Amino acid sequence: MNLPENLRYSKDHEWVRPQAGSQVVRVGITDYAQDALGDIVFVGLPKIGSTVESGDALGEVESTKSVSDVFAPVSGKVVAVNTELESAPELLNTDPYGDGWICDIEISGSGEVESLMTPEQYADFID
Amino acid sequence: MQDKVYAGGDASSVPLMGKSAEPTIFELSAKGRTAFSLRTQEVPVRDPKETVPESLLREKVVELPEVSERDLVGHFTRLSSRQYAVDLGAYPLGSCTMKYNPKFADQVATTSGLYDIHPLTPDSHAQGWLELMATLERYVCEITGMAEATLQPAAGAAGELTGLLIMGAYHRSYGRKRTKVIIPDSAHGTNPASVTLAGYEAVTVPSNDRGLVDLEHLRKLLDDDVAGMMLTNPNTLGLFEEEIHQIAEAVHSVGGLMYYDGANLNAIIGITRPGDMGFDIVHSNLHKTFATPHGGGGPGAGPVAVTAELAPFLPGPKPALVMEDGIERYRWVTPQASIGKVHGFFGNAVVLARALSYMLYNGFDGLKAVSQYAVLNANWLRKMVSQRYDIPYSQTCMHEFVASAQRLRKEGGVKALDIAKALLDNGFHAPTVYFPLVVDEALMMEPTETESLQTLIVLAERLNALAELATTKEGQSQLHEAPVNTPTRRVDEALAARKPRLTFDQPANH
Repeated sequence: MNLPENLRYSKDHEWVRPQAGSQVVRVGITDYAQDALGDIVFVGLPKIGSTVESGDALGEVESTKSVSDVFAPVSGKVVAVNTELESAPELLNTDPYGDGWICDIEISGSGEVESLMTPEQYADFID
Repeated sequence: MQDKVYAGGDASSVPLMGKSAEPTIFELSAKGRTAFSLRTQEVPVRDPKETVPESLLREKVVELPEVSERDLVGHFTRLSSRQYAVDLGAYPLGSCTMKYNPKFADQVATTSGLYDIHPLTPDSHAQGWLELMATLERYVCEITGMAEATLQPAAGAAGELTGLLIMGAYHRSYGRKRTKVIIPDSAHGTNPASVTLAGYEAVTVPSNDRGLVDLEHLRKLLDDDVAGMMLTNPNTLGLFEEEIHQIAEAVHSVGGLMYYDGANLNAIIGITRPGDMGFDIVHSNLHKTFATPHGGGGPGAGPVAVTAELAPFLPGPKPALVMEDGIERYRWVTPQASIGKVHGFFGNAVVLARALSYMLYNGFDGLKAVSQYAVLNANWLRKMVSQRYDIPYSQTCMHEFVASAQRLRKEGGVKALDIAKALLDNGFHAPTVYFPLVVDEALMMEPTETESLQTLIVLAERLNALAELATTKEGQSQLHEAPVNTPTRRVDEALAARKPRLTFDQPANH
């Protein structure tokens, strides 16, 4: 299972990519999540400018098996969404940590990213 | 040495003819060709413009297929011979109940006088129909342990919405504003959809490690905003909610109502009743439990039965026996605080006639035996495949059980989908896959009461042989290719969903 070192992970199988010196983090779903979902055929993206609390439904992914919510791993404001996913939802399967990113969130509080799981903790969690 | 077992439900011998694709009816079309024509010399042809207002006229001729009767019959007969059907063989599909349509029920459905009556016929001229419906309402109430019922809802999901609207009307009658309905994580997908449609927020309660509602977690979710809880018992894992009395008591303690999703009612008929478990509203899928065609989109019937306290809110009109001039007659009567109609007329009426005939044919003992055989068959099959497949919740099941192909996937990359497709090559319909969501690589199987022991033996042998095949390299690639014997090979579901083609472009030579 591919678990990049520089990311933090949530219990709902989202990843967060912190950037040095910025309050904006990138959010997507993990390799484990895309593998469990199977072929993803539709992604419902959040609205730019919307504010979310950690644990709120951020969007949804529909696969040939099911429809699942994507939950906000951190609280803040959605400042960018990956519109590529509208026409190419399969990017979530082929490149979940890269071109398959879902949105950027500008974090409102502090400490939320640090409270998420490290790659080692997440690996234990999904084992 | 054991003699070979011949299964009644094995469709391996079915002549699914030909590998070439059947053209669509549009591709068979030739301009000007007709399947049937009246000799029109005696009837003058009139231009529609003479009789139809211009605003109602089409601008373009509608592009319907034009084929001869011979081509039309051939096309649909060929298609029908390329289908796996309930009348061909066994259908271990889970969460779907009846897989066989008793032929006496077909005969009842085509009885003159039952099917050829106009829905606007006054009740004075349809006394037989009203009596039939009143009797069925009574039987549904007896089976579910409720006081009154409506037969209007067109199917299970329509019943869910009806029940939730009754729930809302009940709370409003006490001036309460309730906003949430609780649903277990193993629920049918229609439950949260109905809850949302009825204007409530769906709140999920997780299952515990035995696959049952986590009672402690449920207690934490309960407050004055909860309108009620929707539950299927046995649940979608085929497990009976053993703490149902405590669950009902907890929900009632905050003024909430208990809604019973009757999808799995066939596991308990004559043994226990939702009313005795503490439920207040019950829908029953007559088309799942009582002799109505399953699959193919209907028609269905989803009567809703309720406690006496909720009866005034039922949809109307309902048939009622009244005394007029010293004579008992059936009349249409609408309950005093009715939520209104939920169907144009009286539901899918012939389906109701089928259900009543099935109940009468089996009698109370017979219906109880249906449930007992359904549970026995499911447990027998579960045991027979439990060496080769993981059964995550392995206690005694009810009418269905859920196996997992997780081990096969981890060890050799064979998924639940591959097993399901390969079963089609092996003479049986596929089980339900990837549901419920709480089991990874789920294979949900429900053999039902109608399959013989011989059929179950062969089904178990084939399922186990496929799991064995999944352990070898060669077998794995075979399974990934399956099905190979069906007229249509594996379809690309992902592509079909991502880039759907929803229209057919007429060929240029049309």
